[in-house]
Order: sequence, then structure tokens, then C-alpha cells
Amino acid sequence: MAIKLRHPLRMVFAILIVVIFVSIVVDAAVRPAYDWPAVGKYLFDRRISQAAVVTLQLTVYSMVIAIILGVILAVMRLSPNPVVKSLAWFYLWVFRGTPVYVQLTIWGLISLIYSSIDIGIPFMDPWVSFSTNAALSTFTIAIIGLALNEAAYMAEIVRAGLLAVDRGQEEAATALGMSWAQTMTRVILPQSMRVIIPPTGNEVISMLKTTSLVTAVPFSFELFTRSRDISAETFNPIPLLIVASIWYLFFTSILMVGQYFLEKRFARGVGDRQPDRKDAVGTATGTFTGVVPVVGAGQPTVIAPSGQDDPPANPGGVK
Amino acid sequence: MTDVNTQGGASVTIPPMVLAEQVSKSFGSNEVLKSISLEVKRGEVMCLVGPSGSGKSTFLRCINHLEVLSAGRLSVDGELIGYREANGKLFEMAPKEAARQRRDIGMVFQRFNLFPHMTALQNVMEAPIRVKGLPKAQVEQSALDLLARVGLAERANYYPAHLSGGQQQRVAIARALAMEPKLMLFDEPTSALDPELVGEVLDVMKGLAKSGMTMIVVTHEMGFAKEVADSLVFMDGGVVVEAGDPDEILTNPQHRRTQAFLSKVL
Repeated sequence: MAIKLRHPLRMVFAILIVVIFVSIVVDAAVRPAYDWPAVGKYLFDRRISQAAVVTLQLTVYSMVIAIILGVILAVMRLSPNPVVKSLAWFYLWVFRGTPVYVQLTIWGLISLIYSSIDIGIPFMDPWVSFSTNAALSTFTIAIIGLALNEAAYMAEIVRAGLLAVDRGQEEAATALGMSWAQTMTRVILPQSMRVIIPPTGNEVISMLKTTSLVTAVPFSFELFTRSRDISAETFNPIPLLIVASIWYLFFTSILMVGQYFLEKRFARGVGDRQPDRKDAVGTATGTFTGVVPVVGAGQPTVIAPSGQDDPPANPGGVK
Repeated sequence: MTDVNTQGGASVTIPPMVLAEQVSKSFGSNEVLKSISLEVKRGEVMCLVGPSGSGKSTFLRCINHLEVLSAGRLSVDGELIGYREANGKLFEMAPKEAARQRRDIGMVFQRFNLFPHMTALQNVMEAPIRVKGLPKAQVEQSALDLLARVGLAERANYYPAHLSGGQQQRVAIARALAMEPKLMLFDEPTSALDPELVGEVLDVMKGLAKSGMTMIVVTHEMGFAKEVADSLVFMDGGVVVEAGDPDEILTNPQHRRTQAFLSKVL
């Protein structure tokens, strides 16, 4: 047996990094400016937790609209009709080319630009007319502003995903007599998901943080603006910024776990290098084989085939 | 056209399975097919051979309207493909009608083009369920039968990535057969395969030919053409150079270009 090459410097660096990290943590724990008791007090403050829910709502609603709009824009960009194609391009040019903060401010002033919303035939008396201020709350305006901006980015992500699918797939589906819609929904989109999901996960996380800009509308009930407002009363801004950060981190962590499972689901037949799980389950008469990721367990739990006829009672929870 | 005498003595005209009349196809200024006229009878196996770029694959793709003709007319089982004729004029079909015509024409591709996110079984079941709207249980049974027929019954729940090239191509054949086509088109079905895997695919195709399926096969497998084909067409530069009995053409090619090509591949 040969003697393995030693790496003494690795050990030195590792110890150094751990020492520095621990000293920062210890220092932070006792430093008065962080005011940890205040962090604890405000972390589950009703105003903060309500604002966290509002932030989540802003994120989810605007992302859902942005994804739908993004798919439409992506399909438009791939359309053979030059007018449709140019329209999608123009949308992208405007909404991707201007800062989202500026866009949100403009949306906030929408009632100055269009004082009423009329439904009817152009240049005729409208059938219905609302005052813009009454029809659109600042919450709605914030969602519109975030969603329309995000749709431009989603359109490019979806377009890249659609183009990444081999042309032969569309041909094979067409040759089987499938319609364009069936080809898209059954063959092209499921495959493009593999390419679409990772950057979309990024976008959701980015959106969660961008919601802090809706103060430009001005909408002030989301996490960041709310914690600023509270600290304006208490003259103690730092603990509230930490509180907001903890909530943002909590949400992004949940989103990352969700993304992991979505990616796994759409990697069927392509990303998995293990022998086919489905087949193994089918022939193993109920015994569960393989590696089950357990959230928060650190190490994946390995469950060996037990040889019994009954599956383990609680496959995910074995520790 | 074939005349069949029924018992009463009346004669019914049965159209050929494929009838191409002066079919031309250009991509921009590049004329790929120059006035191709061909006839494929019911139950006939026709092999299309020729150097690459000769237009064989393009012609095959024209038959199920994956390519739109530039000129000429093409009909399958007496029905004009991709167009509707009214008052002596041709009107292009809506995508929906073209899709209906493609149901009856199976196609097998050089690169298999199996759906990678579906198992072999799901690949075979997809079109009968989605396109024909047949009940799932019935489709599953016939799909399993088809997979057994191509020798892949035990591989039904495998994803394409876990199958060899030859196995994938056999699944692709089963997938095309699941729509119960009256015509099968093979676009170089063995060209992307390792040499030792070619045989298993050709065996499935031989069985299919024996069962009476009408087949048009673009291929470089001259052995297959000689053994299975009823007719052989040699194409070069977008035209049919020579057509006829495979044995005759392969052993005694008349045209200089056919001779030159065969001397290289045989």
C-alpha cells in the first residue's frame, strides 16, 4: 500500500476558516447593536408575520402571471407571423430595458395618466367606466408592475427551453398525428421543463426579494417596508433588518427545496443515472429500494431492501 | 391501378397505396426532388436507395406531409395528401386535417425520436390515447402485445435512455404500429445503430413485411433490399435513375450512376 500524498496546508486553512467564522459568530452574539432580544421580540410580531404573508402573496401572484405571460410571449416570439413576433420583441425591449423600480413608480402614477378605465368600443361612449383609483388598489398595481416586468425575463427562459428540445421530437409527434397543442403540452413542454425550471427557480427567489421595491408604488405592507416603518418608531433599525432577512431566508429555503423536487420530477428518463426506479418497484413486490432525500436530515437516508413483503412503514422518516 | 374482379363480375378499381405524380420539392433555389413519379402497391415493400443528398428522405417526408410539395401531387390510398381538390384547384389543408391523414401513416426515424420523458410502454400508448381517444386499459394491452411482438415485453417500463439503440428503434417501430397504420415509412432506420444491433431491427422489419404491411424503406442495407423488397428504386440528384426488381438492379444495374453507387456499397 502506497502512502497517500499529504496535504498539510489544507488542514491549516480549514482550522483558520473555522476559527475566523466562530469568532465572528461569537462576536455577533454579544454585540449590543444587533440587539438579539429585540430580534426575538419582533420575529413573530403580528405586523411582521402579516407583512411576510403579503410578501409571499406578491411573489406568488406576480410569478404566476409572469409565467403564463412568459409562455405566451415565448410562443409569440417563435411564431411565423412577423407582426406577432415583433410585438413580443417590442414588449421584451421595453420591459427588460427599463429598471423595475422605474416601472413600479410609473405604475403607481397610472391614475395620473389614465384617470378612468373604460370598457367599450374605441371612440364611442364606453359601456362601463371606472375611476382608476377605485378599480386598482396599490396591491393590485404592485402585482401588475412586478408581473409585467418579470414576464419579459420568463419569456426568454421559456423560449430557451422550447428551443432546447430536439426538433425530431416535434416531428415524431406530428408524424403520429398529434396536433400542435398536443405536441406542445405532451412532448415539447415536459422536456423543456428540465431547462426552464432551474432559471425559473432563480427568478422566483429574485422576485421574492424584488417585492421589497414595491414601496415605489407606493405599497407599504410587505416585509421590508413594514420593518422599516416599525424601526422608524423604535429608532432601532438593525434588529428589524435582521428580522426581515430571517423571513426572506426562510422563504428562499422553502423555495429551494421545492425546486429540488420539481427538477427531480422533470428529469425522468434523462437526468437519472440509476437503474429505473419504476421498474425496480414493480418487480420488488413492494420493497422500497434506493436513496430517499430527507429534508433537514443532512445525510440522505439509505434504505436497504429488507426482503420483507411489506414496505417500510415510514420510508421518509427513518433516521 | 389494379382491377379486381368481384364475384358478380363487376370490377372495382383499387387505388395503389402510394401514387406520386411529378412530385417536386425545392428548398429556396435548391431543387431536391425533380418530378418524381412512383407507385407503391398494397402490401409492397419498396426500398429507396441512393447516395446522401439524393432526395430519398425528402421524398419519404413528403408522403406524410412533413414537407410541403413544391409541385406535383401525391396520394395515399387514393386520398390526396395535404391538399383538397375542388373545381380543379388544390387547396392546402388545415393542420387538423393533415394530422388526421398522418394517423394512418407510420414513420420510423433514423434517430428514433422516442419521447425520452416517457417509458417504452408510455411511448407506444401515447398516440392511441391522445390522438384516437381510445380507453387506456385497452391501449395498454395492445401496447404490451406490440412490445412483445418486437421482442421487448420485459423492457416495457424502461426509459429510452436505458435501452440500446436497437431496442429504442424497435420501440419506435412498435409506437408507429400502435396507430394501426396502412403504410409504414422507414427513414434510414439502421443508419444510427452499431453494426451488431442492425440485425435485430431488420428482423422486426422482415416480420412486418411478411405480415403484409406496405412499407417504403430508405436504406443502405442492400442485403435487406435483396431479401425483403419487392421493388427497388435508385435515386440520385433528385430524380429516379432506375427502378424495378431488386435482384435485377443489384446484380445487373443498367445505368452508369447506379453501377457507380453499387460498386461502392456492395
